[in-house]
This record gives sequence, structure tokens and C-alpha cells, in this order.
Amino acid sequence: MTAPVGTEAVVDRLGTVTAFDEAFRALEEGDDSDAPASVQAMRASAFDVFRRIGFPTTKNEDWHYTSVAPIAEHDYLHITTPSGDVQRPALQRFMFGRSEWPALVFVNGRYSPELSSLDELPRGVKVLDLRRAWRDAPELVRELGQITPYEGRAFTALNTAFMNDGAVVHVGRDVETDTPIHLLFVTDAVAAKSMMHPRNLIIVERNAKATVIESYVSLSDAVYFTNAVTEVVVAEGATLHHYKMQREGMRAFHVGTIETQQGRDSHYFSFSFATGGSLTRTNIYTALAGEGCGATLNGLYMLDGAQHCDHQTMIEHSQPNCFSRELYKGVLDGQSHGVFNGKVYVDPIAQKTDGKQTNNTLLLSERAQVDTKPQLEIFADDVKCTHGATVGRLDEQALFYMKSRGVSRDLARQLLTYAFAADVLETIELQSVREELERMTLKRFTKLEGP
Amino acid sequence: MTLLEIRGLTASVGDKPILRGVDLTINPGEIHAVMGPNGSGKSTLAQVLAGNPAYEVTGGSVKYKGQDLLEMQPEVRAQAGIFLAFQYPVEIPGVSNAYFLRAAYNEIRKARGESEVDPLEFADLMEEKLALVDMDPAMLGRSVNTGFSGGEKKRNEILQLAVLEPSLGILDETDSGLDIDALRTVADGVNKLRSKERSFIVVTHYQRLLNYIVPDFVHVLSSGRIVKSGGKELALQLEDKGYEWVTDGAATAEVGA
Repeated sequence: MTAPVGTEAVVDRLGTVTAFDEAFRALEEGDDSDAPASVQAMRASAFDVFRRIGFPTTKNEDWHYTSVAPIAEHDYLHITTPSGDVQRPALQRFMFGRSEWPALVFVNGRYSPELSSLDELPRGVKVLDLRRAWRDAPELVRELGQITPYEGRAFTALNTAFMNDGAVVHVGRDVETDTPIHLLFVTDAVAAKSMMHPRNLIIVERNAKATVIESYVSLSDAVYFTNAVTEVVVAEGATLHHYKMQREGMRAFHVGTIETQQGRDSHYFSFSFATGGSLTRTNIYTALAGEGCGATLNGLYMLDGAQHCDHQTMIEHSQPNCFSRELYKGVLDGQSHGVFNGKVYVDPIAQKTDGKQTNNTLLLSERAQVDTKPQLEIFADDVKCTHGATVGRLDEQALFYMKSRGVSRDLARQLLTYAFAADVLETIELQSVREELERMTLKRFTKLEGP
Repeated sequence: MTLLEIRGLTASVGDKPILRGVDLTINPGEIHAVMGPNGSGKSTLAQVLAGNPAYEVTGGSVKYKGQDLLEMQPEVRAQAGIFLAFQYPVEIPGVSNAYFLRAAYNEIRKARGESEVDPLEFADLMEEKLALVDMDPAMLGRSVNTGFSGGEKKRNEILQLAVLEPSLGILDETDSGLDIDALRTVADGVNKLRSKERSFIVVTHYQRLLNYIVPDFVHVLSSGRIVKSGGKELALQLEDKGYEWVTDGAATAEVGA
């Protein structure tokens, strides 16, 4: 009620100025707000949306199993200048043993040209940080904000309001490359109590083929909040392999949305690997907006302690003759809580849709908990759509089989747990990533270095 | 010394009694065929000896190398030299055959107070064992039994047997689902593993397998009891006359008892 004169725009309904308001005003007025007018307008409009709707509650159907109260109750600093003390050797363990892969590195939310390496960029592929893109190559960021709506979506609105850093990847027409582009978002202790809103745009033009890895990792156990949005266009006849590695610090909050628009005959392969954070939510949405598309969304989450990890996927079949495949697996220990909500929407005209969705969860402790909710909305009549979910413990028959070969009970349990997880890792096409994740997973469950 | 001595063994699944008093003595180097119609308890006997917790032993005793077998955990039995070749080998997606075999091999070595072998030493050993069962080395890189054909699964069981070198190999209907070529390969593998110290229990429904793995003794199991024992010629008689020839007598004997 006693807001200072001239700050109406940053006063919420209750009349208090929130940390978000202050941070947003600082961004608008700050020296580095070199964003084009269109971006500034989008930010302002998105911030209005966020202020109007606020954080979702568990009454919101999309957030029924995940309370974001722990995220909402903190005041975060918005880091606007380069910070942190991250050296290149510290990043080695996040590089899948392939430090030659082109990498765009962000430290505590800000682009780090020093740590990035784009020397080996394949011909026909452009990789820029967002600010440079809207300054030097505005034609590459025309789709920014066009794929992911922020109306009604608090976290996307918040990200849009604060978008400043992120990656722009453009793969030109007919360019086929096997060299992955790595987008690495790392935090260190300086990130404590701060928020980051990475905003990425990936465009794979007609008949091109590319691989992009998005990694969210931490070198500290600070409490911070990553709120990422990645917009993806996979144009006609194009293929994108898209890996998301969520290995945030164990006390971090992470909300990340990937939204993909697919053209005719395109293929989108997504893999979401999640082991980090205390409260995390990953949204992966894809729209099969042309005929003959395919989407494969797979994922693995492994939790322990009091971790909460939520995945929501949405596959929108809006054209005929498309297929989608989805396999998500979870291994839950301690008193962790896993959530999987897989939506599949089939438009009335999307005949001959072929969809299959599976979510399997392995519970390693009595107190671990999972909520799995497949949601199929099918309005076409000539489709083949199946879904299945299992929640269980280790297979007694398999345990006995292994023990009958002399393998001890403990090792049998460890190997079966590893095997459960590795089953979905086998779907990863990129060998270095698959092997690294297999090694990490094996070590997690068996303390062994690898078969 | 007697290798295995089964006395009055009874076992059930849930409330259903399957074994109703089995007596069987096996000496080192002997091959015993256990035959019988479906539901006679052949597979149950094999599973009980390996320690499958799905079966409850309700009475009797089993001495293995002088020890109380029924007190031993399945992995301890395996470490002590008992090997069950499963009728339906379990698929374990995600664990490579090579890794699983080496883990099992090393666990057994550890239990015997021997040092573990590293992957290179193990690879040498595998080369020799693969040849024994005529198996493609590529199978080692695949997940245990996953997507294997019926024949490949059985061959994989015999490979494990060859690597783990048990004192007592129990083959549970290893012939089921095999064509004649696969059957011959599997039988050849077993025959190469025969020795003065190693004994086998060959559980089978058909006499066919016993043309290739020639037993020293044949026992007919019916309604959970051994109703007739004899030499290898008994299997041929069963082939000619069918199980009714002996099991009818068993049923009559039971009624009369």
C-alpha cells in the first residue's frame, strides 16, 4: 500500500515489491539490456503474465504432484555480471570424454566465452550466445518466443521476462553432422541464492541432421534456481537428437521446459537424464505438426534422499501418419518422490497415429514414492495408441537366477538395479554419452567401475 | 563319498504338495536321468535342489558333500558346486553376458578362497569355453538371454556350466524347445564336461536327449515320488510303452497302500 512513487509497475497485488520485481526492474534499466525492442516488449508482457498468475499450486492439474512452494518461498538474486571461478579442467567430467566437441559454456547463468570452444564447429552449423545473436544475427532468432507460449505458464513467463543469456544453434539446410553441440550450464558456489533463466533456441533446417546436448551441472551444493526454456524447430525432413542432462547440485531447484515444433517427415529424439537437484521439473513437449513425423522421448531419473523429480511430457499428434515412442524409467531410493505425467493428444485429423508410451519405476526403498499418470486424449478413430506403467521392486526370478550362479544377494540386487536403468540407456544413439551414463549408473548402484 | 543324498524329500508350492517323498543317491561321476510325465514334480526337484524360494521344503533331508543342503542359500549352493541349467533361462536386459559370467565366476572363486580374475584373463578362458558349446563370441556382448532364441538360451546355460565347473550339474528339461541340431550341440557340450568327479541330474520328459547324454541311471518320477529306477534301457522302455506303464502301477500302489 505504500509503494514508492513511480514504481507501480513493480508492485504486486498485495502492494509489496518482490525480489522478482526488483530484479526485473534492474534488468530493464540495467546497462546490459541491449536486447532489441521486440525482446524488451516480450519480456515486459511475460513479466505481466507472471505477476498476474503467480507460481502454480497443486490445484493446478499440471502441478498436482509437485508443490513448488520451496521454490516460491525464496528470494533470489539475478546474477547480471559474469561471476564464478570455474576453470576448464573442472568441466572435464561433464564432457563425456570428448572435450573436442563444440561447447557453449555458461557459468552461473552468464555466457562464458573463455570456457566455450567453437573451433570444431561443423560446416553449416552456427552456434552463438543469445545476446550476440540478437545483436549480430537477428535473422536467426526470429522464432524466439514463437514456439513456447508463456500465457498461463508461470515458469516460462518468468524465463521469458528474464531472458538474456542462452544458446542459439542453427543447423542449415541439408547439413548432416554427427558432431554434437554441447550447451553446458554450470554453477559454482557463487550461484548461491541466485536464479538463472537460460533461454535457448535450436533450429534444424530442412533435411538437416544434428545432435545437441544440454547439460545443467554444478560444482557446488549451493541452493539456487535454474529456470530454463529451450525452443526447438525441427523442419521438414530434419532429424534432431536432443539430450538433456540434469545433474544440478543436490540442493538446487530446476525447472526446464523444452518445446519442439516438428515439420513434415521430421524426427525428434529426446533423452532426459535426471539425477540432480532437490526439487526439479522437466517438461518436454513436442508437436508433430506435419505428416509422417516421428518423436521418441526417453528418459531416466535416479533419485535418493528427499529428492523430488517430476517429468511432464506432451506429444501432440496434429497430423496423420505420425508415430511417437516414449520410455521413461525411474529408480527411486530413500524417501525420494518421482513423478511422470505423459500426455498424448491425438487431433481428430491425425489418423493412423501410432503411439506407445511406457513408464517403469523401480522402488528400492519402502519410503520412496512415485506418481505416474499417463494421459491419452484421442479424438481420431483410426489410431494405435498404447500406454503402460509399472511400479515394482526387483524381479525375484531374476534374483534367484543370478544367485543360482553364485552371485551374492547384494551384487545380484546391484546388477539388477543397474540393468533396469541401463535398459533405457541402451536407446541412446550417441556412443560417448551412452557409455558415460552407463558408467555413472553402474558406479551409482554397484560401486564398480564398469563391465 | 556320496555326492548327494536325498531322503524323503517333500516340497510344495503354496498349499499344493508337489514332491511327496523323494529318495535319490548320487555318487561322483554318475549321470542320473529323472524322467516323468508333466506335473510329476521333475522341475520342482531341480528347483528345490538349487534353492528356489518359490518352493517350500516341507520335509525330508538333502545332504550334499556331507552338508545340509537345505540350510544353504542359493548362492552358497552355487559356490559349493551346484549348478542348475534352467528350463526357462531368465532374461536380464542391461547386464552383458560377459560381465555376468565373470561376476559369477569371481564370486565362486572368492568363496573358494581363490583370487579374482581380471577381464583379460577371463577373455582367454571364455575363448576356450565358447568353442566347447560352439557359441558366437558376439553373444558375450549381448544382455543375458535377452532376445536369445530358445536354442541360444540353452546353449548359454551350458556355457555357464562350462565356465563355473560345478560338481553337480542339474539340467532341467534342457532339451525342451530344441531342434535336433541344437540338441546335439548342447549334448556334446555336456559330454565334454563329463568327468570322474562331476555328476549330472538330467531332467527330461523325452528319451531323445538320453541318446546323446547317456545316463548311468534312469528314475521315473510320478506324483512326486520315484516309482521306478533302472539303467539306461529303462528310458527306451518308457519311450516304447509310455509313462502309464510305470505310473499306473504307482497309482495302484498308492491306492493299495
